[in-house]
Amino acid sequence: MRRRVIFSEKGLPYLLLAPQLAITFVFFFWPAGQAIWFSFLRQDAFGIRTVFVGLENFVALFEDPLYLGAIWTTVVFSFWVTLLSMAVALGLAVAADRHIRGATTYKTLLIWPYAIAPAVAAVLWIFLVHPDIGVFGRLMNRIGIAWDYKLNGAQAMLVVILASAWNQIPYNFLFFLAGLQSIPRSVLEAAAIDGAGPQRRFWTVVFPLLSPTTFFLLVVNIVFAFFGTFGVIDALTKGGPAKATETLIYKAYIDGRVNLDLGSSSAQSVVLMLAVIVLTAIQFRFIERKVHY
Amino acid sequence: MHRRTLLAGAVLALAVTAAPASAQQRTEIQFWYALGGALGEIVQEQVKRFNESQTRYTVTATYKGSYVETMTGAIAAWRAGNPPHIVQVFEVGTATMMAAGPAIKPVHQLLAEAGITLDPKQYLGGVRGYYSDTEGRLVSMPHNSSSAVMWVNLDALEKAGVQGVPRTWREVRAAAEKIKATGAAPCAVTTAWPTWVMFEQQSAIHNVAMASKANGFGGLDTELQLTQPFFIKHVQFLLDLQRDGLFKYAGRDSAGDALFPSGECAISFNSSAGRARIEREAKFRWASVPLPYHDDVVQSPGIGVIGGASLWVLTARNRTAEEYRGVAEFFRFISRPEQDQWWHQMTGYVPITLAGYEKAKAEGYYEKNPGADAAIIQLSRAEPTPNSSGFRLGGFVEIRNIIQEELEKAFQGQQTAQQAMEAANRRGNAVLRAFERANRS
Repeated sequence: MRRRVIFSEKGLPYLLLAPQLAITFVFFFWPAGQAIWFSFLRQDAFGIRTVFVGLENFVALFEDPLYLGAIWTTVVFSFWVTLLSMAVALGLAVAADRHIRGATTYKTLLIWPYAIAPAVAAVLWIFLVHPDIGVFGRLMNRIGIAWDYKLNGAQAMLVVILASAWNQIPYNFLFFLAGLQSIPRSVLEAAAIDGAGPQRRFWTVVFPLLSPTTFFLLVVNIVFAFFGTFGVIDALTKGGPAKATETLIYKAYIDGRVNLDLGSSSAQSVVLMLAVIVLTAIQFRFIERKVHY
Repeated sequence: MHRRTLLAGAVLALAVTAAPASAQQRTEIQFWYALGGALGEIVQEQVKRFNESQTRYTVTATYKGSYVETMTGAIAAWRAGNPPHIVQVFEVGTATMMAAGPAIKPVHQLLAEAGITLDPKQYLGGVRGYYSDTEGRLVSMPHNSSSAVMWVNLDALEKAGVQGVPRTWREVRAAAEKIKATGAAPCAVTTAWPTWVMFEQQSAIHNVAMASKANGFGGLDTELQLTQPFFIKHVQFLLDLQRDGLFKYAGRDSAGDALFPSGECAISFNSSAGRARIEREAKFRWASVPLPYHDDVVQSPGIGVIGGASLWVLTARNRTAEEYRGVAEFFRFISRPEQDQWWHQMTGYVPITLAGYEKAKAEGYYEKNPGADAAIIQLSRAEPTPNSSGFRLGGFVEIRNIIQEELEKAFQGQQTAQQAMEAANRRGNAVLRAFERANRS
């Protein structure tokens, strides 16, 4: 007979779990359920007249070239934000991992930007890149480069990518630094004795050993680029000019909150929800196996 | 000893709770507004004046962000069952609010229930018409109405050698060329609110309909008419200005506000309510004049259309008659000639009542402040037409953005004026049809 450890008080475990379950239900399942329900409805702004329309909102969405455009914008945006923020953070972490004077100060300074909310970060960037009041913006116009991200779509995209990536670098830096510090010195020393130079040591020893960190950050950064960059886009470009920086999450906001079309906005949220579920599943099922732990 | 301290404490506690009790007899009215900066301070002052004028009601005004944020915030609050009593909604949201049926209490009904009579005829025609139902009864309360005017930097014009202030678009172009040639200002012409100024106002001034069914007043089945030659001509005019380096596209909605008071652009088109800010910030001589017109389209300009916002009364399950009465009293207060005159002169919005205007005129305000009546002249210089009464288009916020997006694409060089207007018309009509379906009763 198997011995089982059972609490004599049966209600207590449930009671202890209750707060967490309640939070999960109120803040995750309930709103998600509402979004799914609303995605099948057509309502006026006040929700006074509600009609069940089945999949009409979804069909309209995928027939809309602007929605397909927003998907592409999101892919481009997320790719560059992830690549840029991770590459720069890795470079900085490798540099900070060396024995240099004032390393602690250096590390602390690099972490600071993470404490800045994306919307505030965006305002700081406005003071840098605004064509009329920004420091760099004015400089570029003075030296003859036609800089106007308010009208030039490619420049607008560049600005929101830079601002978002900059905001995310400290987070990646912290994890990369921790990852680097957990690599055993003996492995590196052995490689050095075998005659591997710094370049070769990095690519053949350090980078593979960092892969769990890299993989984790890849997931987090893509999710950040998808969902966490709303503040930056709203403060800098509002999705413009001419939809050049309208990502899926920003479009869902505009259609729901500004254009008051809750049906379409909910359908977009459901699509995003599915995309995240699929992405996460793929990443954990297939990519994780190839990661060197 | 102990007991005495306790007793004293209890007495003190009683006194503390008793003090606000008398203040609590004032019925509280929540008012959400959307004017920031200098204008927001004047709204607070307006509310303070009301609160000090009587003892029964306290209006609490809360700034809720931009017009869009305030409106959607109030709608969300209504859906959640806890809306403010009064919400300031910009004129673009009028059709959405009017379609809201049980969510709003029409002003004429509010006043009737409170036993207060306010004659609709005391409000300026252009203001009254925008916010009335088909039977001419006020649905929302006129509050801050403006018209778009042209702001000119007189120092820059003088430096450029421009004689007189331009009155037509042809003259605006000529002046811009001189400003650019002499370097009198880094940028010659810009605009705020591109759709409002360049489409809504221009269509009214040139007596062209922007949408069928009297710009939507005649029914939900209205259709945009942006592909008419007039709109294409005007967009082409702007594209040519931009191509020649005379016009700077400053962004959507109010994004262009800052370029005029900073001295960057010598000519700007913006709300007459820009006055409060320009007075505070501009370090040069300036003037405001009615908007220019195309003299090859009309011989003399027609009247413009108002912009700005009105106050809507929202319903809630637990609202008392006393609360509604307080709202009605507040509306009566801000319609008083002396209050209206004060509001008009402080903000640059047009007076909402004829009496307020007459009072400002009698006291010589316009002689002392030339140009302060530019918006009023623009709203009253000719006979009203169906094209100057306003717009009642569902999803108008979205339609404005669509027009701005297609304009941006044209300014980027991605499409011609013709293509821009065709795309805006097609996308805008889709919005109108969606609104029609969602609001069919």
